[in-house]
Amino acid sequence: MMKKILAKCYIWILLILLYAPILFIAVFSFTESKVLGNWTGFSTQLYQNLFTGSMQGTGSLMRAVENTLLIALIAAGISTLLGTVAAIGIHNMRGRKRQVISFLNNIPMINPDIITGVSLFLLFVFLHISQGYVTVVLAHISFCTPYVVLSVLPKLTQMNPNIYEAALDLGATPGQALRKVLIPQLRPGMISGFVLAFTMSLDDFAVTFFTRGTVGLDTLSTYIYTDARKGGLTPEFRPLITIMFLCVLLLLLFINIRQFRAEKKQNLK
Amino acid sequence: MSVTSENIISLNHVSKSYSGKKVLDDISFYVRKGEFVTLLGPSGCGKTTTLRLIAGFLSPDEGDILLDGKDISEIPPYRRPFNTVFQRYALFPHLDVYDNIAFGLKLQKLPSEEIDKRVRKVLKMVSMTDYEDRDVESLSGGQQQRVAIARALVNQPKILLLDEPLAALDLKMRKDMQIELKEMHRELGITFIYVTHDQEEALTLSDTIIVMNEGKIQQIGTPTDIYNEPKNSFVADFIGESNILNGKMIEDRKVEFVGHCFDCVDEGFGQNVDVDVVIRPEDIYIMNKLEGAQFSATVKSCTFKGVHYEMFVDTDKGYELMIQDYNAFEPGSTVGLLIRPSDIQVMKKERSCNSFEATVVDSTHVSFLSETFETEEQTRFPAGTKVLARVAFDKVDLTDHQEDGTIDGEVHFLLYKGDHYHLTVLTSEGEHIWVDTNDIWDKGDLVGVNIAKEDIHLCELQQ
Repeated sequence: MMKKILAKCYIWILLILLYAPILFIAVFSFTESKVLGNWTGFSTQLYQNLFTGSMQGTGSLMRAVENTLLIALIAAGISTLLGTVAAIGIHNMRGRKRQVISFLNNIPMINPDIITGVSLFLLFVFLHISQGYVTVVLAHISFCTPYVVLSVLPKLTQMNPNIYEAALDLGATPGQALRKVLIPQLRPGMISGFVLAFTMSLDDFAVTFFTRGTVGLDTLSTYIYTDARKGGLTPEFRPLITIMFLCVLLLLLFINIRQFRAEKKQNLK
Repeated sequence: MSVTSENIISLNHVSKSYSGKKVLDDISFYVRKGEFVTLLGPSGCGKTTTLRLIAGFLSPDEGDILLDGKDISEIPPYRRPFNTVFQRYALFPHLDVYDNIAFGLKLQKLPSEEIDKRVRKVLKMVSMTDYEDRDVESLSGGQQQRVAIARALVNQPKILLLDEPLAALDLKMRKDMQIELKEMHRELGITFIYVTHDQEEALTLSDTIIVMNEGKIQQIGTPTDIYNEPKNSFVADFIGESNILNGKMIEDRKVEFVGHCFDCVDEGFGQNVDVDVVIRPEDIYIMNKLEGAQFSATVKSCTFKGVHYEMFVDTDKGYELMIQDYNAFEPGSTVGLLIRPSDIQVMKKERSCNSFEATVVDSTHVSFLSETFETEEQTRFPAGTKVLARVAFDKVDLTDHQEDGTIDGEVHFLLYKGDHYHLTVLTSEGEHIWVDTNDIWDKGDLVGVNIAKEDIHLCELQQ
């Protein structure tokens, strides 16, 4: 009995510790106080400020949000393409060569962001590429692609190896076989790779910081960093963070429900 | 059946290697229009590689493949008028039955009424009408195989290639599908090239069987030819049950084996020539009395096999034979045996002794198979001379532990020859050593190989 209560407490303590910070911000997004932690009564003023733009610097904040989303979309899109092609290539390699390439694919994921950031920065300087939007996108593609490779590869191994040949055999050119047979088979892996790449790009700070150059490009993470250094976090970030958290939560719920339904359908057969 | 004399496809001196290992070695055969040809052999014999070469998934290193007399080596698989039924079906899981079958027709951009008509016709042929909207993964193995066959046939290929299509089905289903395949072949008149390791399947289905082993064609012939007149001991052993024995051709129509002399129908081997003799177990007459028998034997075991009894007997000269008969004979009883001349199949021996290309190291050492062996002192060949080292089969010594041998190898193939085993040992370098032994080894055993110095005979290398 005692054991049962303890076990239950343990999980709740863990959950509370995990979610306390975000809950804290969510709660304090409904008060006007400039300093986090001071409750000055319920208000949705901060939300209004955020959406009507009547806070200082809203314009640049919204531009940062826009940049973040756009960069994440472009980087995730291109990484999904590159990663899928790379995964197909790796899958068709044999023995030692395949091991080596898989190993090389894993390094950028283990590599600390700061090292990736600095080395890309040095590379761009060395090649005399002026840094800005393009370099940030390139940098994001470079660290997102391995994640796509990693989520597409298992789909290839699960696939019946003769399927591609069967398509050729029935008269499909390699291009048609890729579009009509291979891609539909790999789609779930490509989608999860895309989502993974999108989130990796979304919350990146270190790499963006080193590759954005001096043209004044800001993503959300670099914007918050600069803002926090300028004397405290702007209060309007609290509703923004809360909204983003809710979006992620909804997305996760959606994915899980879809998966649950798919499994149920599979079990019915 | 409409087998014509016209060749539809022929392979000329085709070879193929994978990373240095030769999987196909100078393969030549032809297939006539409308024929049902089976490539038969154990796994790794090169039969699937041959099929993939024809389908176009691989291209030959040497030799060419002719379709109606024109070389197709350079034509990609999607332009070859062949369709394949794959071993594990290879249906497209994201498409339903109808779309799987219509896949090829849609690529040809046929009008949809035409596609509809042909898909329905072929569904009817494989008795899968009413299944068109089903998800392929919800079908049983047998049903999936039917869809795979329909998907290939709907394109009206010139040749249908089948890669062990029934291997994943259970026995009952396999038998039913065999009959259906045979019927489809008869009705459609399409040429079938079929790959299997199941000798019974091959004998049931084929017009012509091509027996393969280790990348080489062993024999090409009709099922009855292959069964009744196997060309070598591999074919005899692989197709059906058989007694394979060492024999000696005394003169034309007279052969000696199991210590007795028999009349036979074979000629042209010469006098006193060592041969292999094959006797099918159902071709040995067994009786209780000794009068009229050619030799006697003692029954060792008797097992009921459904239609017949399978017996092992020890002959008067100490050979073990397998006999199949409708009557049972008590173990321990003495029986008389008789073999008719026409049931004795005499084969030329493929080899009579091991011979290796060797290099003389010094007067007492020689190297072959990448190792150095001690020999008896000789002065005939100076150091560095290339010679032939000959070792009799029964002089090769096998040990349980690889580290005890000069060479290590693996038992690759074994043949019981009535009173001893004839083993093929594959060395780690991929060379063959043949061994006669009374010890019992299993396929896949790792062994060490030793050869005593007095058993290595050197002779001049003939070019």
